Amino acid sequence: MDTPTVKKIAHLARLQIDDAQLDHYAQDIGNILELMNQFENVNTDNITPMAHPLDLTQRLRDDTVTETNHREAYLKLAPAKEAGLYLVPQVIETEK
Amino acid sequence: MHQLTLKELTLGLAEKRFSSKELTQHYIDRIKTHNPALNAVITLSEELALTQAENADTRIQQNNATALTGIPLLHKDIFCTQGVKTSCGSKMLDNFIAPYESTMTQQCQDAGMIMLGKTNMDEFAMGSSNENSFYGAVKNPWNTDCVPGGSSGGSASAVAARLAPIATGTDTGGSIRQPAALSGITGLKPTYGRVSRFGMTAFASSLDQAGPLTQTAEDAALMLNVMAGFDAKDSTCAREAVPDYTAELNQSIKGLTIGLPKQYFSKELDPAIADLITTAAKELEEQGATLKEIDLPHTNLAIPTYYIIAPAEASSNLSRFDGVRYGYRCEHPNNLDDLYFRSRGEGFGEEVKRRIMVGTYALSAGYYDAYYLKAQKVRRLIKNDFVEAFNEVDIILSPTSPNTAFKLGEKASDPIAMYLADIYTIAVNLAGLPGVSVPAGFIDGLPVGMQLIGNYFKESQLLNVAHQFQQASDWHKQVPVAFK
Repeated sequence: MDTPTVKKIAHLARLQIDDAQLDHYAQDIGNILELMNQFENVNTDNITPMAHPLDLTQRLRDDTVTETNHREAYLKLAPAKEAGLYLVPQVIETEK
Repeated sequence: MHQLTLKELTLGLAEKRFSSKELTQHYIDRIKTHNPALNAVITLSEELALTQAENADTRIQQNNATALTGIPLLHKDIFCTQGVKTSCGSKMLDNFIAPYESTMTQQCQDAGMIMLGKTNMDEFAMGSSNENSFYGAVKNPWNTDCVPGGSSGGSASAVAARLAPIATGTDTGGSIRQPAALSGITGLKPTYGRVSRFGMTAFASSLDQAGPLTQTAEDAALMLNVMAGFDAKDSTCAREAVPDYTAELNQSIKGLTIGLPKQYFSKELDPAIADLITTAAKELEEQGATLKEIDLPHTNLAIPTYYIIAPAEASSNLSRFDGVRYGYRCEHPNNLDDLYFRSRGEGFGEEVKRRIMVGTYALSAGYYDAYYLKAQKVRRLIKNDFVEAFNEVDIILSPTSPNTAFKLGEKASDPIAMYLADIYTIAVNLAGLPGVSVPAGFIDGLPVGMQLIGNYFKESQLLNVAHQFQQASDWHKQVPVAFK
């Protein structure tokens, strides 16, 4: 694991990582991935990947509305809001 | 009163030897006196607790009580509790007042139980020492220089110090059983899907399971009666019927076969721990169980498998923390990207960021097959080991942890050393099986836990064996001197 790769992963994960910390993360993540070397000699031909411990199938529900409106309660938690909407920095550029 | 078990407290309330309000006030006072030394409780909901206690006393007077009406408890701060701060031990949620109630905490409320407050934890349940909390490390009541284990370290420390008769926790790779072992109490992880995950902040959704931390196996059975059950709000919750988990506690264990995995008793195991666990196994043999060595050939692959699957699921689950809708937002974001990057970079702690990055890497283009898909296949091999073992045995017995409580800071800078603390517990989550840790002795004044693993949905049998062990031992009755 090298620092450009850490930078790339941090970008994919939308995490700001200080440049001074990159080496440290590269070292730790490299060590963690080294654990996976143990997979190399394991034969998994014809083994179905296990996504879930109980191998459940997705349950269906009735096609009825069960959720009630909690707009006010949820908006109260927002770090910034305006006119009943979540407020974020401007995304679309204005004409100059 | 705090010396009594949950079971004894229910009798005291029923016989009106004390009221729920008196009991609740007693535990609030204990938390105020002793918590500063432990940092186990991070939110005390005193006013709410006393109101709930008054309501419980009314219910008891009207003969409208359930088995646990009037009993106070602490919840791990990962469960959403409406109107009460729910932080997950993270700066990200330091300002988060849950707008709804988790199913499990609602079940406790409906049963008439009293919420004393919320317990400290490793941030987003990632850790084995409770040192990864935004609110500081939790101390072990047996030795306050040592960790209580994690991630449900606050719950374990609080129950061990008798700041509450019981506490709830969650277990993704050992986060109930390992702190229970290191803190000298009983901790049960039920079968995956047994307890609803609705309102329990997700870490790794295919592994997470809630359960109780208690003094005894009998208390864990009483609590599981309240916690277990189907919930339409959790798409992975099991539809299995909920038995009375106390019904089989007193059965004889004569005729049961107990498996000892040879990989769990390898030469690397600390001989002092091996001695105590072997002695405990012999006690069960004396009661009529048959001991049998078993083979779990893929044991050594559990840690690498877990450290792909859990971070992969976490990286996806934790993408919801974006600084837009709730939780932490950075100061003066320049633009939307800056808002995302800095809110997440500043709001998450180091271990959480590390795991998000490992998971993101494992799921990224070009690496998915080699890491994630491979891990999912190996996960099935690990599960199959257990399925085969349970064709021959009823219960599997092992140490809970390879070590007793370690010193604060000892493993904090080495993630791999920390991950190895869960070497005996992790495979149980990968397979989705129920497991319980019970106190099995002490080494240099620090508790050692024995892990018992049961077959799917056989919590009754698991608790039966744990209870019978506790009828013949008194390790679970030991209380750290400073907290008697």
